[in-house]
Amino acid sequence: MTTPDYRLTQLQTLEAESLHVLREVAAESERPVLLFSGGKDSIVMLELARKAFAPARIPFPVMHVDTGLNFPEVLELRDKRVAELGVQLVVASVPEAIAAGTVRPEPNGSRTRIQTPVLLDAVEKHGFTALFGGARRDEDKARAKERVFSFRDEFGQWDPKHQRPELWDLYNGRIHQGESIRVFPLSNWTELDIWAYIAQEEIAIPPLYLAREREVVDRGGMLYAVNEFITPREGEPVLRETVRYRTVGDANLTAAVRSTATTVAEVIAEISVTRLTERGATRGDDKVSDAAMEDRKKEGYF
Amino acid sequence: MGGLTQEAAVTELANARKDILRIATAGSVDDGKSTLIGRLLYDSKAVFEDQYEAIERASRGDYVDLALLTDGLRAEREQGITIDVAYRYFSTPRRTFILADTPGHVQYTRNMVTGASTADLAIVLVDARKGMLEQSRRHAFLASLLRVPHLVVAVNKMDLVDWSEEIYEGILDEFTAFATKLDVPDVTVIPISALQGDNVVTRSARMPWYEGTSLLHHLEHVHVASDRNLVDTRFPVQYVIRPQTGAHHDYRGYAGRVAGGVLRPGDEVQVLPSGLTTTIAGIDGPDGPLEEAFPPMSVTVRLTDDLDVSRGDLICRPHNAPQVTQDVDALVCWMSEDPLRARQRIAIKHTTRSVRAVVKELQYRLDINTLHRDTEADGGLQLGLNDIGRVRLRTTQPLFVDDYQRNRVTGRFILIDEATNATVGAGMLVPPR
Repeated sequence: MTTPDYRLTQLQTLEAESLHVLREVAAESERPVLLFSGGKDSIVMLELARKAFAPARIPFPVMHVDTGLNFPEVLELRDKRVAELGVQLVVASVPEAIAAGTVRPEPNGSRTRIQTPVLLDAVEKHGFTALFGGARRDEDKARAKERVFSFRDEFGQWDPKHQRPELWDLYNGRIHQGESIRVFPLSNWTELDIWAYIAQEEIAIPPLYLAREREVVDRGGMLYAVNEFITPREGEPVLRETVRYRTVGDANLTAAVRSTATTVAEVIAEISVTRLTERGATRGDDKVSDAAMEDRKKEGYF
Repeated sequence: MGGLTQEAAVTELANARKDILRIATAGSVDDGKSTLIGRLLYDSKAVFEDQYEAIERASRGDYVDLALLTDGLRAEREQGITIDVAYRYFSTPRRTFILADTPGHVQYTRNMVTGASTADLAIVLVDARKGMLEQSRRHAFLASLLRVPHLVVAVNKMDLVDWSEEIYEGILDEFTAFATKLDVPDVTVIPISALQGDNVVTRSARMPWYEGTSLLHHLEHVHVASDRNLVDTRFPVQYVIRPQTGAHHDYRGYAGRVAGGVLRPGDEVQVLPSGLTTTIAGIDGPDGPLEEAFPPMSVTVRLTDDLDVSRGDLICRPHNAPQVTQDVDALVCWMSEDPLRARQRIAIKHTTRSVRAVVKELQYRLDINTLHRDTEADGGLQLGLNDIGRVRLRTTQPLFVDDYQRNRVTGRFILIDEATNATVGAGMLVPPR
């Protein structure tokens, strides 16, 4: 794998950087946890965690903030990976919190915002000191400005104006009681890097990411697959379209895109020429305002 | 789609094997840095339609303001300023670029240092109408202080000076004179117009007198492979891997990132601080055993002998060890509102080693505009926010250090305030006087 001039490929460079970050947290943080959504980014992050500590087991648990609005394929893959890796799974349940009356869904049914209090409660309950997230800086304007080690106060809040300077690869994960660090090992990966890595490493992904014919409804130009959570409104035509998902979030909010890409290689070919960002194309929750992510992050979102 | 799609995917995967160039940009508020970055992103097709439409909507003037592509946070748009380092990603068929876009304001020098700390190349923007300002000098100086190996001075707004060769030559001379005081191995000065795209991606026909390449061409071809230290073996132990289970019951590996040199199985090595020697039994990479490991690879090293090795220790070659010392001489960039003073206590993180230290001596404060060294001040010498100075620290435990000039990894550290946990300083080791 080496060349005479000791160069690494792009993916090797990114991988080396991510392994360093994962190990640094495992070494320094008292109780880290890896946030796993079942989406492609967290799948890659989990695979990197496996590599970072092999042949030992991943030395921290995996947490899923379960909105109760999951695509079944995603839950299947989550449980399969957790069993294969022998890691502990912590589920922070939004439906339970709704039932207990601690949070309420927004009028449009979105549970994006109320994930935050559920996440923070779980962090407090389990005493987690560092949370690995699969966010990438190329995803969003606010994320482009976030550190790899992102300090959060006792309310989980991000203060973009007072971030700790982050120099070289010398990360400062020090916190006081109740505070935590969000750690983003995939900060410097792009969407294309993630896919190239999935192809190179032959990593299993939920079939949702690949195109097939699905029943969809067209809502304001966004195609939503008909499922347990999305049912056609009265008079709303149901179309049969060949679509796939570029991101996998809540089943009631994540739209599909028209696509003929039925293999990972075809997905890569498709997104390398696409002209829309993945969030812009598929996420109803980011359309609310230009600064939607910035606001959510300040409140303690992933 | 079949055949063609597969072909495109293969090409794209081959592209994933390109190397990465890390760039830091710096400039004053008005010298067009955001426009330049917007131009690089737009012309390299890293801007998506929805992003473009968003800035089209937000643009106030008659043209689409590419600068808006890089303005992230609401507070920034409201105030028309850039608060923090933003990272941008774009690629060409030759290379992938990670660009740290750093604000140019005086008060945000710490962000410039943050952005430059990981950079292979720094771009300093100069407004052709104004020439070298204090700010441009400061940015060039910071890049040299952090030993960013390549520096590009982009003389922007050439369209506003009638594409004048004379003006370009004037700035070139001015910068060259200033650069003799700095330690930058490779400087390139390129006349551009970020607004109109001249010499950004393609060579401009409007400046036939300029014989160099476009900015992007330069970024694609600058040679960075030799910027690492491949001579002095340095492996700070980051994490000890001990599965203690069935098949791997006796496995004991030292995980970390190679900080210098090339490690190979069979190499005789020394472990610091114990000084004991052994050999490398094997090296495990992310995908299994490796024949060699070099910077910046993250690997796991197994040793032949069962030594007591833990995080913070360092593996090197017996006759090429770093300095083992409790006395650290360094240039420090201070990043806190509370000044640094002599006799202050502070925490240090150096490679994977965290220790405490006391500031034995604050030797001078550097005026980064004049490069003059102030050794005295009314009320006692101190380093304020964004000041740079030379200090001597005494650490509670030995560190394994090289001069920053020799090895950027073992020659650097951060300073942490133990009360607030904030990162308050960046240090670069210099030889003792």
